[in-house]
Amino acid sequence: MIALALRNLWRNQRRSATTLLAMMIGMLSILLFGGYSRTVYYGLETDFVGRSGHLQLQRKDYFWFGSGDPQGYSLQNYTELVTDIQQDPVLAPLLRVVTPVLQFGGIAGNFDAGLSKLVIVQGVDVEGQNQLRQWNDYQLAITPELLSIDPAAPDQAEIGIGVARMLQLCTQLALKDCPQPDAGSPASNAGTLSADITALAATTAQSTTASLDQSGARLELLAASTGGAPNVSRLQINRAVTTGAKELDEVYLAMQLKQAQTLLYGEAGQRVTALQIQLQHSADLELARTRLQHLIDSRWQQQPLEVHDFQTLNPAFGQITGMFSAIFGFITILISAIVLFTVGNTMSMAVLERTVEIGTLRTLGLRRSGIRRLFVSEGLLLGLTGAVLGTLLALLLAALINQAGFAWLPPGSSNPVPITIRLWGEHQMLLSISLTVVLVATVSAWWPARRAAQQDVVDALRYV
Amino acid sequence: MSLAQLQHLSKTYALGQLRVQALTDVSLQLQPACFTVLSGPSGSGKTTLLNLIAGIDRPDQGDVRIAGQSLQQLSDNALTDFRARHIGYIFQNFNLLPVLSAFENVEYPLRLNQTPAAQRRKRVLELLDAVGLADKSNHRPNQLSGGQRQRVAIARALVHQPLLVLADEPTANLDSQTGAQIIMLMRDLQRQQKTAFVFSSHDPQVIASADHLVLLKDGHLQSPQPLQEAV
Repeated sequence: MIALALRNLWRNQRRSATTLLAMMIGMLSILLFGGYSRTVYYGLETDFVGRSGHLQLQRKDYFWFGSGDPQGYSLQNYTELVTDIQQDPVLAPLLRVVTPVLQFGGIAGNFDAGLSKLVIVQGVDVEGQNQLRQWNDYQLAITPELLSIDPAAPDQAEIGIGVARMLQLCTQLALKDCPQPDAGSPASNAGTLSADITALAATTAQSTTASLDQSGARLELLAASTGGAPNVSRLQINRAVTTGAKELDEVYLAMQLKQAQTLLYGEAGQRVTALQIQLQHSADLELARTRLQHLIDSRWQQQPLEVHDFQTLNPAFGQITGMFSAIFGFITILISAIVLFTVGNTMSMAVLERTVEIGTLRTLGLRRSGIRRLFVSEGLLLGLTGAVLGTLLALLLAALINQAGFAWLPPGSSNPVPITIRLWGEHQMLLSISLTVVLVATVSAWWPARRAAQQDVVDALRYV
Repeated sequence: MSLAQLQHLSKTYALGQLRVQALTDVSLQLQPACFTVLSGPSGSGKTTLLNLIAGIDRPDQGDVRIAGQSLQQLSDNALTDFRARHIGYIFQNFNLLPVLSAFENVEYPLRLNQTPAAQRRKRVLELLDAVGLADKSNHRPNQLSGGQRQRVAIARALVHQPLLVLADEPTANLDSQTGAQIIMLMRDLQRQQKTAFVFSSHDPQVIASADHLVLLKDGHLQSPQPLQEAV
């Protein structure tokens, strides 16, 4: 039956080739977009997981209210929690990094220029954070940007390029493409900070930063300590980085965790706002979450805790992947409809042209179901051939595009992103799209096949 | 004992709004291992009667019994299977499957009957040899002449050793010389295989070779009669 179907397709080479071409172009469109979407998913996931881990353990409701009260919503005894997590028999094999983070808002000031800027401070364990940033489970062609802070230098920090620009630290940080305000503009005439803040900063600097390198960029970080009293830390800025998003570049400041804790809680402060938990593989996320919830319910009842995944912590992930999924679904439906009508039309023509042949086969003793199977087999073969050739073509074109090094600037991003089509190794996507095309082609052949099978034998034999 | 009994067969066709009475109350008995010709002018009902005997059409009234089996009582699938096992059919236009070789065309009825491959091959080669086309077994129909195609069609009709071979004007698309050769071939094979042949034809060569002649006119049976009387 299959051999007969194959020969029938071969018999009308031009029509079969046209149908296959339509299917291949359809497959190509779906797979190229699917491959690009996959790159975007993996890129976003790698970025978010590299910055915040797969899961974060936070004090209950920190997610909603914590940024307004980092003291009130902080984790106590976090080192014990880290030890518990690292030694848990279920979690331990899944883990890659567990690192604390203290996040709060502050005001960064450049006294020399008399400028200040609201910033979001990340107090981090540098080694843990750098390990976090090196996660690359999907083997993307990326080089992780590690923190430039020396773990042995407590006053070192790095800022976003937007913060550097606004505080006019571009020259000190030797930044290229960093615009300076025109002479006479408000920024160039910024006055000095108020005397009380200047005095507070000077006191803090004298008491804590005797070893601070006096060259390069410096700034003062003002934050509200426990009880609401202002506290200032003088920081040496190693470099200004771009996070990829302009809005984040204008508020980003990363510093040593110990220094941040001292600024916020004083010398005795041993608190953080979250534990960032990074797993070896994203696939283990649900297992790890369930286990953490179990530990929260059974062992860590002395303080209210909750666990969030990176998708909850970064709503943009869901929004972007959702948008790509919707477009992908739309393209798939559109292409499926084209395949449906193309194969349906081809099979209808075949049925019409082979009416006498249908009558002959029925006369010789082929059942109606046999006729139906014959034409459905032809649709199936068309679908299979189209799927295989379409996949091969898509893999070839994806490799060419990946080699070409095209790039584009995504909305909201400050860095161009390479256009990469990730198809090789994406077995599940390749298989599901191929099966969809094969299924649609087979279903398309069903109706003409049914019509062929229902023909009256005598009428079919008389057909001219 | 007759091979086939045709009992009071009537058949009407709709031709647009017009009803055409193709056959009226035809009763006939076909003998085994005989060469029977259905003859009559165009529109007399020869092909209709042949189609009813072949089981590719059903009468409005009456019944066809072949080897005691009433075709009327068979479901569509059962009737199709019956054709596959017991009926051979030779078409006026040969109706070979164009994508199959001569060998595969002849083999097709055996495939439908799920005959084992080795047995199929032996039987097909035997038949191709019998029709003089052993050397053309790999040729496609479009590589064969009209006479050769009809030989392949004859081999296909006989390959599964049917009870009855039906042929609808088998020489109509052949020149007289080739037609004569085909008739001789069918006559020889019919004697060798001891199979009953029923033709529809008004070709005098065919009629001359028949054991029995059935005359039809306007859908009515004129006479099943010995050949000598009809000629």
